[in-house]
Order: sequence, then structure tokens, then C-alpha cells
Amino acid sequence: MMNKNTKLKGYLVNTVALAVLLMAFLILNANFKTPFYSVVFIPSLWQISYLIILAASLNLVLGFLGQLSLGHCGFMAIGAYTAALLSLYFERAGIFTDKKAPVFIVSILVSLLAGGLLAAIVGIIVGIPALRLKGDYLAIITLGFGMIICNVINNLPFAGMEGLSKGSAAASLYKTGLGFGNTLKTKYAWVAIVITILCLAAMFMFIRSRFGRAIESIRDDEIAASASGINVSLYKVGTFVYSAFFAGIAGGLFACCNSSLSTASFAFTNGSILNSTFIVVMVVVGGMGSLTGSMLSAVLMFLLNYVIKNVIKASGMPLFVQNLFKYPMLVYAIVLIIVIMFKPKGILGTREFSLVNTIEYIKGKLGKKAVKEGGSK
Amino acid sequence: MERTPVLKTVNLGITFGGLRAVEDFNIEIYEGELVGLIGPNGAGKTTVFNLLTGVYTPTEGKFYLSGKNMNGKKTHQVVAEGIARTFQNIRLFKQMTVLENVKVALNSKYEYKFFASLFRTPKFWRKEEELDKEARDLLSIFNLENKANYIASNLPYGQQRKLEIARALATGMKILLLDEPAAGMNPTETAELLECIKIIRERFGIAILLIEHDMSLVMNVCERIQVINFGKTIAFGLPHEIANNQEVIEAYLGKNED
Repeated sequence: MMNKNTKLKGYLVNTVALAVLLMAFLILNANFKTPFYSVVFIPSLWQISYLIILAASLNLVLGFLGQLSLGHCGFMAIGAYTAALLSLYFERAGIFTDKKAPVFIVSILVSLLAGGLLAAIVGIIVGIPALRLKGDYLAIITLGFGMIICNVINNLPFAGMEGLSKGSAAASLYKTGLGFGNTLKTKYAWVAIVITILCLAAMFMFIRSRFGRAIESIRDDEIAASASGINVSLYKVGTFVYSAFFAGIAGGLFACCNSSLSTASFAFTNGSILNSTFIVVMVVVGGMGSLTGSMLSAVLMFLLNYVIKNVIKASGMPLFVQNLFKYPMLVYAIVLIIVIMFKPKGILGTREFSLVNTIEYIKGKLGKKAVKEGGSK
Repeated sequence: MERTPVLKTVNLGITFGGLRAVEDFNIEIYEGELVGLIGPNGAGKTTVFNLLTGVYTPTEGKFYLSGKNMNGKKTHQVVAEGIARTFQNIRLFKQMTVLENVKVALNSKYEYKFFASLFRTPKFWRKEEELDKEARDLLSIFNLENKANYIASNLPYGQQRKLEIARALATGMKILLLDEPAAGMNPTETAELLECIKIIRERFGIAILLIEHDMSLVMNVCERIQVINFGKTIAFGLPHEIANNQEVIEAYLGKNED
């Protein structure tokens, strides 16, 4: 049985593994300077990191709590704008002048945290009325809230059309505030990685506790959950807010990746990778109720998106194939259908990838093999 | 001095639109008692349970748990005060394991703060360990301890019923409401259930209110029986009195017209 010691051992193994990987990455990062690395690999790493956080955080609501929310990008937009505006403010207030100074990274982290917190506060405001509804109605109302958030941001004088999104301000985001160029992205690649690890660790700790059990019981049977003493509405709103917090942080990372911000990136009609329904697709493909599944599918979906966007165009394929891939949403839909046909519960289902169990499994296999070989001799 | 009843209702009733589903429902249950609630289909038995567990708010009357007024409390508050129930159609947390099912119900007993779980403080481990132990103890009462890691929906029907009762017991209640626990069970399973109910009463000394259609079970275990029909109490008394009550027989079998 899993007791405290085996779990602590698991944490230790995971921490050591992550630390080793991170060190290896940092050494690689310092010595590897090909154009492919800094122009393609590192920006992709940043994008993947916020997509992972985004998909995993939506999985808390969709897979563990069992509520369909289509407004996740709204929280991301709040995080992105808050972080961008705050970092611009920091720059104008003269808190940091040089993007290479350590104080810069502190102010960036503060901006990201602020973005997450504001998204969480809006999550409370949206969640309390919205989570009284269930199923399709909840989906519709969260969809509406997502759009409302984008429109409100658009019409804020300091954020929207006249503010950040306007040409000159957008350019200044790149030069002064949060926007990272490729060199900075390479320099601060560890920031994206560490934030992703911390966010996912926080989500895992949440799921593997009495809170996680409570929200899973709500997913399975709301009436029985309340008859077992679970305060259903409190846990629902709590999970929604927790999820919004991480969406906000993901938004902040998104703002770091981009030179300019526009609410069109978060809009429901947006055909690109950032779209509330697309994140739902990621969660479903990875497996509802599996955080590692969300990570996996975020990476896969990003690669798919990358191939559609860049490789197909440059591949010199026949024109009709290229034309087909002009509609990426169509491709995602087909991927979703294929996954659901062969793996109805998603790639990982509700299972989680566990390093310790994998090691045990390999050990078991090797042990058997050794026994077999010993027998044959 | 008179004892305070664990559960007492005073003229409890509810009206849905023009329909009076339950009216003037009076019952007093004392500690350690097992009271049966019977009546033909649609008589309002489950509605009474829903009133007592805060699913519906009564439109008339009041009900008290150990002398404390419980009107208008939400389900989880009522459960926290000490009224637990099972359901007519089994409602387990299907995708969770047997052990987790019980642990959910122990949620509020072993509390730790959110940050304790985030940073895995010593308190977190201590509470989780205690919680694990109590959950396993409860399962062992029902001989389910070797199935702790099964997914709940994979258990056979009889054991699902038992698990539901174990989960209700985990809430730490003063009174347990059992809604047709023997429904759909074969005679062996019913006998096992009887044994279970006996064990619960011996070990926990709680009061039980039981809805059941299996008359042999009701007559066997209940100390007192209350009969309702069309939302009204038509008889109340000891099992043998009820079995010979003319009005009850009429309610179940109809009146002899000649």
C-alpha cells in the first residue's frame, strides 16, 4: 500500500529527476547557440509551457470537477493584460532598467503572480453565479463570460484599442515591459520551465488531498457528495478559482512570449491555437482526469499546430494538401474524432504517468528477464 | 427527566404546488432505536427522507436533531450535524476506489488547511494517516477491506449497498436513514444486510430510520413502525400491531367491497 514513506520516496525521485533534467538543460542552454535553437526551439518551449499550464488547469475543472467551462481563455487574457501592464508600470517607475538585471526577473515574477491573483478574483465573481448551472448551460454562460472579459479589456482605456494593443504601445511592450526577444527567451528559459513545474506540482498536491477527493466525488455524484457532507458549491467555486489562477499565470507567460497583446488572441472565434475550445480539445485528447495526460496532449497539439503552420507551407507539397491545412480547426477536429474512436477516455484516460511506477515496472521486466535467462542457462 | 429524542419532527410537511406530498408527519426516535417507515409506492417515504436531509425545505412544521432545530439547513450542514442517509438507487462515487468513497465522507472529520496540502506539512501526513486508518476500519466492519482498491462500480450489487452504508457511517452521524437497503437483493444478501444492521447497532449505538418494502425484514428488525399513505400517517406502533391493523392492510391490499 501507498504510505507516507513510499510517497516521500516518490517525491524525492521526481525532484531529483527534474533537477537533473533542469541542470542538463541549463548546461545545454549555455553552450548551444545554433539559430534553430534560439529561433525555433526556445520560443516553442515558452509556448508549450503556457499551453501545459493552461490545459492542466482546465483539466481541474473539466476532468476532476466534471464541469464544462468554455471561458478559460478569458482568465488567460486577464492574466496576460495584468502582467503586461504591471511590468510596463514597473519599467516606467524605474524599478528595473536593464532586462539582464536580477531585479527584472523579480518584477516579472511579481507581475505573473499578480496576473494569476486577478484572474482568480474574477474567477470568484464569475464562478459564484455561473456554477449554479450545470452541463450545457454552464458551457454557454462561461463562453459568454469569456467573451465579456475580452470585450471589457478591449474597452478599458489603458488596456484595449487605445492602450496596449495600439501600435506604439505594443512596440513598447517589446522594448520595455514584459515582452521577451529571442535572446531574452533563451536567457530566461529556466523561468518558463520552473514556473510550469511549480504550477503542476501545486495542482498535483491539490488533487492528491482531501480537496481532490471531494471534487472527484462531486464529478461522480453531486447529490451523494452533499449527502456525504461535502459543501458542493464551495468546492465547485474553489476549484474554478484555483483553475483560473493558473490560467492567469499561463496568460502572463503568454504575454512574455509576445511582443504585442490583442484580445483577438483570446477570442472564441480565433482560429489559432489559443482558443477556449481548443484547450478543451487538448484536455479531452490527453484524458479528462489526468494531469500528465494534459501535459502530453499540450505538447502533441502544439507540435501538430506547428507542423500545420510552418512545415506544411515550406514543404513544397501539392497545393491541394496545403489548402486543406489552411483550416487547422478542421485538422484538430479530425484528431479529436480519431482519438475518441480508439481511446474514448483520451490518451491516458484517468491514469497518471508516474516515474516511480515506471521504474518499478522496468525493474520487474528486467527481473523477469534475468530469471528467464538464468533459467535457460 | 425525559430523554431528548435524537430525531423529532413536529407536523412536518411539504407542498409541491397544489400537491401535499407529506403532511403532519410526527415521529420521535430515541438513541439506539430502529424505526421502520413503510407505506405503498408513492406514499411519500422518500420525500420524508429528503425533508430530513435538507434536500427539500419543509413548507410546514419543524424537525429537531437532539433538540436542535434543523429547518432550512443545507444538505451538507445537516450531514455535519449528524443525519446521514443512503439512497434508494445506489449512488456511489463510481470512478473512485472503495477506500476513496469512504474517505470522501471522512473529509470534514480530518480537516487540514489548503496550505497544509500544498506544502505537505507534517499535519497533512498525520491527518491523512489517521483518515486512512479509520476508513479501513470502517471497511473491515463490512468485510470490504480486501476490496479497498477496487473501483466502486466494479463491486457486486450487495457489496455496493454495504459500501454505501459504510460511507454514510463515515460521516459520524447520530441517526442513519436507510432508504430501501434490501431493494433488489436476493435472500442471502438480505440476510447479510440484516447481520450488517445488527453490527452497526451494536458497534455504534445509533438510531436508524428504515424505509423498506421487504416486510419480513421490517417485521424482524424494527422496534416500532410508522405507516404512511398519501403523505399522511395512518398507523404507528409495534410490528405485530401494524401487521394486524385494518387500515394498513387496506392501504396495501385495498378494501373489501362486499
